Amino acid sequence: MLEIKNLSARIGDKEILRGVNLIVPDGEIHAIMGPNGAGKSTLSYVLSGREGYEVTGGEAIYNGQDILALTPEARAAAGMFLAFQYPVELPGVGNANFLRTALNAVRRARGEAELDAVAFLKLARAALKNLSMQDDMLKRNVNVGFSGGEKKRNEVLQMALLRPGLAILDETDSGLDIDALKIVAEGVNALRSPVFSALVITHYQRLLDYIVPDRVHVLAAGKIVRSGGPELALELEARGYAGLEVA
Amino acid sequence: MSATVETRDTVEALSVEKYKYGFTTEIAMEEFPKGLNEEIVRLISAKKGEPDWLLAWRLKAFALWQKLEEPHWARVEHPPIAYDELYYYAAPAAPAPKSLEEVDPALLNMYEKLGIPLNERAALAGVAVDAVFDSVSVATTFRETLAKSGVIFCPISEAVREHPELVRKYLGSVVPYGDNYFAALNSAVFSDGSFVYIPKGVRCPMELSTYFRINARNTGQFERTLIIAEEGASVSYLEGCTAPMRDENQLHAAVVELVAMDDAKIKYSTVQNWYPGDAQGKGGIYNFVTKRGACRGKNSKISWTQVETGSAITWKYPSCILQGDGSVGEFYSVAMTHNHQQADTGTKMIHIGKNTTSTIISKGISAGHSNNTYRGLVKIMPNASGARNYTQCDSLLIGDQCGAHTVPYIESRNASAKVEHEATTSKIAEDQLFYCRSRGLSEEDAVGLIVNGFCKDVLKELPMEFAVEAQKLLAVSLEGSVG
Ligand SMILES: Nc1ncnc2c1ncn2[C@@H]1O[C@H](COP(=O)(O)OP(=O)(O)O)[C@@H](O)[C@H]1O
Ligand SMILES: [Mg+2]
Repeated sequence: MLEIKNLSARIGDKEILRGVNLIVPDGEIHAIMGPNGAGKSTLSYVLSGREGYEVTGGEAIYNGQDILALTPEARAAAGMFLAFQYPVELPGVGNANFLRTALNAVRRARGEAELDAVAFLKLARAALKNLSMQDDMLKRNVNVGFSGGEKKRNEVLQMALLRPGLAILDETDSGLDIDALKIVAEGVNALRSPVFSALVITHYQRLLDYIVPDRVHVLAAGKIVRSGGPELALELEARGYAGLEVA
Repeated sequence: MSATVETRDTVEALSVEKYKYGFTTEIAMEEFPKGLNEEIVRLISAKKGEPDWLLAWRLKAFALWQKLEEPHWARVEHPPIAYDELYYYAAPAAPAPKSLEEVDPALLNMYEKLGIPLNERAALAGVAVDAVFDSVSVATTFRETLAKSGVIFCPISEAVREHPELVRKYLGSVVPYGDNYFAALNSAVFSDGSFVYIPKGVRCPMELSTYFRINARNTGQFERTLIIAEEGASVSYLEGCTAPMRDENQLHAAVVELVAMDDAKIKYSTVQNWYPGDAQGKGGIYNFVTKRGACRGKNSKISWTQVETGSAITWKYPSCILQGDGSVGEFYSVAMTHNHQQADTGTKMIHIGKNTTSTIISKGISAGHSNNTYRGLVKIMPNASGARNYTQCDSLLIGDQCGAHTVPYIESRNASAKVEHEATTSKIAEDQLFYCRSRGLSEEDAVGLIVNGFCKDVLKELPMEFAVEAQKLLAVSLEGSVG
């Protein structure tokens, strides 16, 4: 379970999160919507431990552990995963090598045996197949020369392999055509289980046709201003965010 | 304290003694009196049972060296070297072993510990090794296998005795004894090194490699390597180097000469991991090396690949003289400096023949308080019509206390030549590190991965067995560098 209590954070002098409260029980998928600049990405970075984001108040507890005190890699080891809004390019670093290094780092931290190259490739190929992705994805350098859609799918591939307990997807649907969108949704739905939860950040209701959320929250000006069931997304789609910021 | 600073401090505390090759080997040694004079030069020559012409050559080199001055144009600094305080010859006292069975077990153990088993059954498949310990070669493996195809691979001191006509013809023909200060010094006092001869049309059936180890205190290592590939021959050769951790600096001044005749190919790879000194810059090897290859024949090719992670100071410019029409020169380099290391390295590509081509890919990584300079010359002579060069120099900075410098010289005296130069300087981006760490990689592993990615175009030129080793070396050498 993820519990965010009164979380405030700033970048430099700029106050971005102003007391976020949110609980995501195990087994649930929650959507976060909200206008541009509301602080959605900031929330995802603060939860994953990016440098430069200073927590000024509140707490974030995942499975009973105060995650704000942990390094990003320790959060990954604890089962958290962030699918980046803008996945980062790593020139010269092969995707297979990157994925295996990451997977083995996480497996080591969880006390599981590391995978050799052969075992890894078997696993990776199966994951690629499930996501209708080409094998050559593994040979290319991490995100280098990937189209926007390929980058997002590569995030989902990483998620599928790392099998997190809590996934945060930051606008993974943006810029995807409907087929790619379905692949992303399948990737998330395949992980659904009583011990998996997700925070799905999105601008568009259409993703939520494929990943049906348990709850929908609206983040505006650094706060959760409304929460509701899946129908809230439809309402926002129809009426927009107007009037929500001041709540 | 930010997580980064904390990680850095912890790792720095742990990594003081990270250089895992820093042990010394106890073995009875024979040393000549310290200091350098004509008598020492004569002693070395006599010890090797050399012919008169070689002694005369050494003496000429010594006489010249005394008149030369240490070069100071490189971007490196060091206190004056006390040449009279050095030992110029140190070798195991036991008589020279005639076969592997006779090699002192203490030496075999040491090489085993360094990951270079000299026992042919345990050796890396397909790699023949010449092991040079201080001033002498102590073992050369797979000589019989190689001899079957006519390949000569032996200590150069032995080649002087067994193949004097070859040595006399080629020694000093690429790097003359008066080429520069350190080449003159080497020519006067070189004690051993490897000799390789690949006859016409033979493709060497194994990788050849020399493993250099400095062990004795206050001793300079002056090895000399000579590789000759006759018409249509090809060979891939690799050298590795390590030394114990000592507080005083030690001098390593080698000369390497390569000769490639028509259609011959020589691939020369170096993984240089001499002791770099401690985190405060105390100790370490001064690596002042002259390496040059002559593409004498048409369509010949010489390719240098180097991964330089060790040494307190590195001063080396493996070069190609592209004499034969259509000949090809390549230089692929990774130079990594950390703590207080200094590297001034690069290449010279001298285009003499028509349609000669050269490629230079240099990757410099600087961390800590180190300084890393790429210095290169591309020279196109008037007759080299159709010559081409492509140069790419990339520098990666880790931290803000280090320096990266690029000094490319281009001299083109033929209007039809095409010379291209690209250079970049970058830092490891915060978002790259965070991306890796959010996937569970430690900061050190993330840096290692990114740096290896940065060097990929060079690492892929190394023979497979050594590429993996080099990757690990890069990661280990960077420990404690993040911040
Ligand atoms: N590195 C930064 N430095 C300064 N301000 C930033 C930085 N990153 C984001 N911001 C600001 O923080 C606010 C929230 O941004 P963000 O979390 O990216 O919003 P969202 O993802 O909801 O669109 C915006 O006003 C944005 O301009
Ligand atoms: Mg955003």
